[in-house]
Amino acid sequence: MTELTATTPAKRPATAADYVNLMKPRIMMLVVFTAVAGLAAASGITGVTMHPAMAAIAVLAVALGSGAAGAINMWYDADIDAIMSRTATRPIPSGAVPKEEALTMGLIMSGVSVMLMWLASNWLAAALLAMSIAYYGWFYTMVLKRRTAQNIVIGGAAGAFPPVIGWAAVTGNTPLDAWILFAIIFFWTPPHFWALSLLAHKEYAKVSVPMLPVTHGTKATRLQIILYTVVLVAVSLAPLATGLGGWIYGAVATLLGLVFLAFSVALLRSKAGDDGAPGADMKLARNTFLFSILYLFALFGAVLVEHAAGLHFPVIGA
Amino acid sequence: MEDPTLKPDVRPITPEDLAARKKRNLWLGLALAGFVILVMITTIVRLATGTGISGRM
Repeated sequence: MTELTATTPAKRPATAADYVNLMKPRIMMLVVFTAVAGLAAASGITGVTMHPAMAAIAVLAVALGSGAAGAINMWYDADIDAIMSRTATRPIPSGAVPKEEALTMGLIMSGVSVMLMWLASNWLAAALLAMSIAYYGWFYTMVLKRRTAQNIVIGGAAGAFPPVIGWAAVTGNTPLDAWILFAIIFFWTPPHFWALSLLAHKEYAKVSVPMLPVTHGTKATRLQIILYTVVLVAVSLAPLATGLGGWIYGAVATLLGLVFLAFSVALLRSKAGDDGAPGADMKLARNTFLFSILYLFALFGAVLVEHAAGLHFPVIGA
Repeated sequence: MEDPTLKPDVRPITPEDLAARKKRNLWLGLALAGFVILVMITTIVRLATGTGISGRM
């Protein structure tokens, strides 16, 4: 195990932005977006509607829950964040927010978010939200991340819960369609994150976090990226079979799925992440990472548009 | 013998520290007020629509 060494940062007064950053706002955006898509799809498919104020509070609860998990993650990972250049400027390692304050904030926000979700919807959505916070804040952060190269695969489930929570908030149950949305995010997470880790694996090696490129090498990672992308593209077409996805969704999933596959094939043929890899190959890894974000937004955006704007025309069973 | 690690932090509070503390307290107050308002809204909606009240959906 590598000795973790970091200099104690000079204390500086925290700003509002530091507390916002503690909640990992970029992850929160994706979480909220997929939860809203799940909520809209549940209403569109079942015809059950939710009071707009209650729906807004339920979405806020998901956002708070995501922020809470992010704060707990930053509290626990403060030691390694201080060493990695990508994360050294985060609120705790930069000396803006004391560690204990981040933990307190995370725990209080967890409780508030689950309570709000229960008040705005039902116990199932609240329980799923509590579970997803615990899954990310405890299971992924404290158990998986520093122990196994499968950390991203298993931990990816934490980020896959929001559409299921959104669905449960509307209907009080979680049918197959909700779990298909879960599966899309679950299989999307590994290729998304491993594309980034090809760029940053030396940083992870420095702090002994067993990300796949660190433990199995970059070639194995590029292979795993394409394998997971193939499964992801197949799973992304499942909504067409159940009627959850219509023509718009089908077109988006097919077209962007093919582009994602093309990125993965190019990545497999490249030397991205290797020592002395050409700049173009590293750029390809970065573009694959960025495209994966666009891919997920577009897929859930299509679900949202079809069900919230009344543009859902099923491919099967019309 | 006195444990040096138990010595209190005697760093003087600067005007920047005070301003940051004031701002933080203001945000905490607003967050608390926001929470109360949200609970009130859920209560009003539940009472108005009858959702969650025994015997009604």
